[in-house]
Amino acid sequence: MSVPVLSVRDLRTHFFTRAGVVKAVDDVSFDLAAGEIMGLVGESGSGKTVTGFSLLGLVDAPGRIVGGSIKLNGTELVGMSQRGLRARRGREISMIFQDPIATLNPMLTIGQQMRLAMEAHERTSRRGADTRAAELLSQVGIPSARERLGAYPHEFSGGMRQRVAIAVALLHRPSVIVADEPTTALDVSIQAQILFQMRDLARETGTALIWISHDLAVVSSLASKLAVMYAGRIVEQGPTATLLRDPRHPYTAGLIASLPATAEPGAPLSQIPGTTPSLLSLPKGCPFAPRCARASDVCATDPALEARGDRAWRCFHPVGLSEGAVS
Amino acid sequence: MLGFIIQRFLQAVVVMAVMSVIVFCGVYAIGNPIDIVIPPDATQEIRAEAIRRLGLDRPLWEQYFIFIGNLLQGDLGRSFVYNIPVLELIGGRLPATLELVLISVITATVLGVSLGIYAGYRPDSWLAKTIMAVSVLGFSVPSFWVGLILILTFAVNLGWLPAGGRGDTVLIWGVPWSFPTLDGLAHIVLPALNLALFKLAMMIRLARAGTREIMLTDTIKFARAAGLSEGTILRRHLLKLISIPIITVFGLELGSTLAFAVVTETIFSWPGVGKLIIDSIGVLDRPVMVAYLILVAFLFVTINFVVDLVFALIDPRVRHGASA
Amino acid sequence: MRQSTPLGRFWAEFRENRVAVVALVVVVLMSLLAIFAPLISPQNPYDLANLSLLDARRAPGFVGSGGYAHLLGTDPQGRDLLSAIFYGLRISIQIGLAAGLVALTIGASLGILAAYLGGRLESLIMRIVDLQLSFPAILLALVLVALLGQGKAQLIGALVAAQYAYFARTAYGAAKAERGKDYIEAALATPLSGRVVILRHLLPNCMPPLIVVATVQIANSISLEATLSFLGLGLPVTEPSLGMLISNGFPYMMSGRYWISVYPGVALIILIVAINIVGDQVRDQFNPRLRK
Repeated sequence: MSVPVLSVRDLRTHFFTRAGVVKAVDDVSFDLAAGEIMGLVGESGSGKTVTGFSLLGLVDAPGRIVGGSIKLNGTELVGMSQRGLRARRGREISMIFQDPIATLNPMLTIGQQMRLAMEAHERTSRRGADTRAAELLSQVGIPSARERLGAYPHEFSGGMRQRVAIAVALLHRPSVIVADEPTTALDVSIQAQILFQMRDLARETGTALIWISHDLAVVSSLASKLAVMYAGRIVEQGPTATLLRDPRHPYTAGLIASLPATAEPGAPLSQIPGTTPSLLSLPKGCPFAPRCARASDVCATDPALEARGDRAWRCFHPVGLSEGAVS
Repeated sequence: MLGFIIQRFLQAVVVMAVMSVIVFCGVYAIGNPIDIVIPPDATQEIRAEAIRRLGLDRPLWEQYFIFIGNLLQGDLGRSFVYNIPVLELIGGRLPATLELVLISVITATVLGVSLGIYAGYRPDSWLAKTIMAVSVLGFSVPSFWVGLILILTFAVNLGWLPAGGRGDTVLIWGVPWSFPTLDGLAHIVLPALNLALFKLAMMIRLARAGTREIMLTDTIKFARAAGLSEGTILRRHLLKLISIPIITVFGLELGSTLAFAVVTETIFSWPGVGKLIIDSIGVLDRPVMVAYLILVAFLFVTINFVVDLVFALIDPRVRHGASA
Repeated sequence: MRQSTPLGRFWAEFRENRVAVVALVVVVLMSLLAIFAPLISPQNPYDLANLSLLDARRAPGFVGSGGYAHLLGTDPQGRDLLSAIFYGLRISIQIGLAAGLVALTIGASLGILAAYLGGRLESLIMRIVDLQLSFPAILLALVLVALLGQGKAQLIGALVAAQYAYFARTAYGAAKAERGKDYIEAALATPLSGRVVILRHLLPNCMPPLIVVATVQIANSISLEATLSFLGLGLPVTEPSLGMLISNGFPYMMSGRYWISVYPGVALIILIVAINIVGDQVRDQFNPRLRK
């Protein structure tokens, strides 16, 4: 594997609320190579969005990164000044969000918003900025882009707005784009379009993608590798194909079993019993233990990350391996 | 856009018509209408003559149309006290009030929005907490009391500023204004401060609430993710987004400040329409009262209409007729 | 034990805010002063036999012809200012409470009725209310007092007319939200009368926001009454509220006899600010968005 553009080690982001410390991201590690697409999968509240914001240094109070390391193109981001982070946001790493209606400013034209994003990192003439903005817009699939620069967000459909947001994120050809469920709020047909367009764009520009989603099916069609998050931790990661075919962590196995595509037609979908634990009162040891059929006494202690080749998991009783093989 | 303007204009006309009915009923039906045109010391014959001449023996709806007819011709009767047409009297006093109100509201808005944005942007700083504590006080303390304290402090004890009157004025377009002269400016400081302080508290609260809400939106997060500096985000995104509630309230406040000017003008002997109406109520100069009410109603409707227009100009969603 | 009742829980939460507790104590104390003014005042300030012009406009601490010290000085008629303030509090609170409660009753009835009846009557009532809300209360009260003439009843009437719209809006909003719920439709489909729906379902749901508005509006009534009295348009001279005491002292302010205006003013401010702080806390506690 080539040198990673993004390398995250033992990242911990905690929220210091009045009710107690919420360990939203706890010991998260992964690498991302240029042009690679990684799916970050988990239920809501599992810490996947906070992980995304941590990468950009945009964690809102009362949260902050309390430990670990984020190396972007070899530069350490944890502990970097706001000024330094700002200089990298948008240029080396950018982010798109779930709801395209909420992300664009309704009071500014598309052209103005793209120009602001451009001016954040370089001086441009108005004409030059417009040309580049129009180019990018047509690249993401907006017809007659030049004329639409003067339009306001409300004149676009939801899918078109998300394309504008993607164009803004791509402006400076960043090394990494964090996409936080960018298709969840869209119609299914448009979802697929944008999904594959993003894949092609990433391939063309060499931009690596972190695709955050709660939907394993969507991510697996796109990402070459997956990381599954549960209660602030990555419980399993590895290449998409192997991980889907042969999951190790019982939670991953549960997620795959509950996919409609894997079930017998007409048979009831399987589901994981119980609910996501509150991050404020995590059980001792493995947080998944209370919902896990394979749990035993040893699960009351913290499972360490078990790495085997290009995959890793965090479980005492991994699926598909004989008990004796572990420990 | 044009459809929107016409629609709002028609609305304004309807509201004005309703207001005229209310004022008419209020003054002609509740009060004794003859008192409005005849001084209280007139003889019985003059009263009877006036009642017939003014058609007060006719049905109420007919009287209403006479009243409206006169109103549209700009005839609102003569003041008993000054014995000049009421419109002329009020017209002469209006600039003083407008000057005071505009200076106060603009000061309150500029200051209030700046302080409010700061308090909303850094809600945990000690300065933000001080700003909010002071604004709570400004909210609860009656305006006339603030006026008294200002006079006591700056005019009586410190002797820095005059306590009443307009000071030297300059004629512009035949109308006297205080603000161009140093003496006039000195006279306007305390009353304007008095009026502004009350509005300041409201503007601070509004701007703070708006800022806190907007800063948490995805719009701001997205702008940050694109690498925009905080200054650019505040100037280009926040100011633009916050302008909608601010302009609405600015319009409403212009109207209510016009009303509160009654109190301030009385305290600081500021010769505007507010002081005129209080004096007129004191001596039962009813034509002045009627005219003042109609004028205030008219200003209210006009302000609301203008606010709607400005709205349409700055908010693209309204401008394009989309349902906002 | 106390925690178990809703009121007990409310009080437990209220108690956490020290400032609000102090404010509540102040409100209760001032109300007691107002109620027992005739018993605790050093002097009956409106019994002319007690007054001597020799004692007029004396500074705080002056020992007058009554043989006792005027702790806060005397006014232009030679009244003991402390006694005048106690009596003034009595009148101010009376007027504020009366106006607030009447406005509450009228406004809430109108609002709930509009939400319950719906249709043309609903839009007519709410149009009028909204039109009035866009008009400053002080102006409305000013004009009404001017038209109706002076007197306690007239003043309360003017304050009610200026303020009922706030209650109507609040009650309407809460009742309308509740009216749209399925269970109300279900209740109306049964032989239960409309009166039961209003009394058992709509009214209780309107109470929390109405209580909050009532606290604020009572403070506003007191402030508005003081403003009107200051302008000479409030009560007759025989019933001097705090506003009138302040007004009486205003001409003497320029000559340095500040106490005639300032002490009644301080009493007024403390009262209004205390009520507002209590109101703020109650609002925060009722606001479900701020609840954890």
